[in-house]
Amino acid sequence: MDLQTLTYLVVGASFALYIGIAIWARAGSTSEFYAAGGSVHPITNGMATAADWMSAASFISMAGLIANMGYGGGLFLMGWTGGYVLLAMLLAPYLRKFGKFTVPQFIGDRFYSKTASTVAVVCLLTASLTYIIGQMTGVGVAFSRFLGVSSDTGIYIGMAIVFMYAVFGGMKGITYTQVAQYIVLISAYLVPAIFISLQLTGNPLPQLGLGSSISGTDTSLLSKLDQVVTELGFGQYTTTTAGSTLNMFVYTMSLMIGTAGLPHVIMRFFTVPTVKDARSSAGWALVFIALLYTTAPAVAAMAKLNLHATVNTAVGLETAADGRMVVNAAAVKANIDPYATESSLVYEQRPDWMKRWEKTGLLKFEDKNGDGRIQYYNDKTKSEAAKAKAEAAGWKGNELTVNADIIVLANPEIALLPNWVIALVAAGGLAAALSTAAGLLMAISSAVSHDLVKGVFNPNISDKNELLAGKVSMAVAIVIAGYLGLNPPGFAAGTVALAFGIAASSLFPAIMMGIFSKKMNKEGAIAGMLAGLFVTLFYVFAHKGIFFVKGTEFVDLIGGPNSFFGITPEAFGAIGALVNFIVAFAVDKVTKEPPEHIQHMVEAVRIPRGSKAVDGAH
Amino acid sequence: MENNSKTYWGTVLGLLTKILIIWFVVSFGAGILFAPELNSISLGGYPLGFWFAHQGSIYVFIALIFWYAKKMGDIDREFDVHEE
Repeated sequence: MDLQTLTYLVVGASFALYIGIAIWARAGSTSEFYAAGGSVHPITNGMATAADWMSAASFISMAGLIANMGYGGGLFLMGWTGGYVLLAMLLAPYLRKFGKFTVPQFIGDRFYSKTASTVAVVCLLTASLTYIIGQMTGVGVAFSRFLGVSSDTGIYIGMAIVFMYAVFGGMKGITYTQVAQYIVLISAYLVPAIFISLQLTGNPLPQLGLGSSISGTDTSLLSKLDQVVTELGFGQYTTTTAGSTLNMFVYTMSLMIGTAGLPHVIMRFFTVPTVKDARSSAGWALVFIALLYTTAPAVAAMAKLNLHATVNTAVGLETAADGRMVVNAAAVKANIDPYATESSLVYEQRPDWMKRWEKTGLLKFEDKNGDGRIQYYNDKTKSEAAKAKAEAAGWKGNELTVNADIIVLANPEIALLPNWVIALVAAGGLAAALSTAAGLLMAISSAVSHDLVKGVFNPNISDKNELLAGKVSMAVAIVIAGYLGLNPPGFAAGTVALAFGIAASSLFPAIMMGIFSKKMNKEGAIAGMLAGLFVTLFYVFAHKGIFFVKGTEFVDLIGGPNSFFGITPEAFGAIGALVNFIVAFAVDKVTKEPPEHIQHMVEAVRIPRGSKAVDGAH
Repeated sequence: MENNSKTYWGTVLGLLTKILIIWFVVSFGAGILFAPELNSISLGGYPLGFWFAHQGSIYVFIALIFWYAKKMGDIDREFDVHEE
């Protein structure tokens, strides 16, 4: 069977599974629609949370990012997992005890203010909508790369699938499809990783393979990679930081508190039966997330070594008769000169997978010195030794550009894995994008139907009509998300950073103070949220343009790029959160303390006893 | 009851402080601030600081959450505020 047919079959089967679940898990009440009836087992919820959390970016792009950044890429690994410790201890169990459907409802009730809840709704909508654009474009990309349909058609198909289970099933339908999607995406990620680890190190566990020696030698894989990349003028893989150490520190912190403050993740913890379950469920979520997040750095380093070895035989791998890359132990030990003429790959002899990916434009070769060989190195290096060697060898600049996404997408082909594995990776990428999109749509539609329609405009709406409002706003949200996916605004690349910045600087501090500071009043909370949001947006917009419109950057006004202690705009959420806390406590000091019954409410939220099923009463 | 709930909350905050210190030490400490020094030690083929940033901190995070869930269960029962 050819690859195309097989891919259609595997992706089609996974979609049939999601639709089957949608029919089985229809939501009949608002409690089922918003919180899956509050009856999801903590391990099941952990798995659904993992799928909810791991997006197209985690699945397709993260390993490539790490491969490019090396050690500094660890900020994504630590940031996007460390947030779960904060979520588990500081937010999830208390919000579950509070027992309502949405995050803005907690903020509105705790700070006894419609203004506070409206600010929270605005933050939630901005964060979730910007985040969803990336998911919809991810769906389009996966379809067009693997199924040969246009990316627009892909987005329409994706919208139709999500529509079926999200509109009719709400949180209940989403939860159980996310479980299925997790299984698809994690298998798709692990299978190629295990193969590549076996091939290079003989160890089937990528997490151990990354710390092992290359098969048949006693040279560790990481030291070989360090040696290869530094010889070619790149930064050393295991030590290159992301900007300054301070920037890496603040960036990691921003991702951690942003993760803990993202509403579509928080609301998954409203679906478990008890406070106790909310605590352990966060642990299970992290177990399932860690399966991918501890594999990603191994995929990153191994695929990077593979890629260098493909175009430069000095690395010490060679192409076997069947086209597979195999370790040549003698060559690994010999430390051959990568600048020797015959080390560079002759373009006409490049492997088939390179030819295939050249067609997509993700891989480009330009023969700058006209020798018919591919020279892949860092031509902007600061290393004088590397510069001198390249000049002596007659190299006229780097000749290969590689899109970071190739690290995951082409991995199975580089390792010559069977076609079903390639088909599985396609289904996995789609599962990752669809599951995150559905979680975000749930956060958006519940904020609209529950916090705006019921909370602000029509508090006396019946359960049945609110359920209808929920389904209608879900359908509208899908159409808007689809539209944004089809016509991505020019700023699409910067949007995920914005979502984390908003969650970190506005929502996380407000929820945390709502639980841990009994005396925090509405004036403090609102001023804090607005101040945190303002400084974060100000700094991001200064670099990237007002609402990302090109030409409206005002970076000179704040003293040049990264002027605040060298911190990049993506890393600024933690500073916004700090401003939020400081402003909130300052304003709180000079205004009157919250009413008695609110303080009692906080005391009640802090103890598990008396927890009940979530409901939507305002 | 008032008194009891104050000691309960104090005990909880004590546990949270302990966990947050470990959370900070493994990621921001071993994974970032002290990574260059730790890299001179190797763990198999891993430089230790690199290992904390790309692997170790994640394992510790998982252990921390389950430890937290267990200790909180104990504290809830000790102060008789657990769910029935």
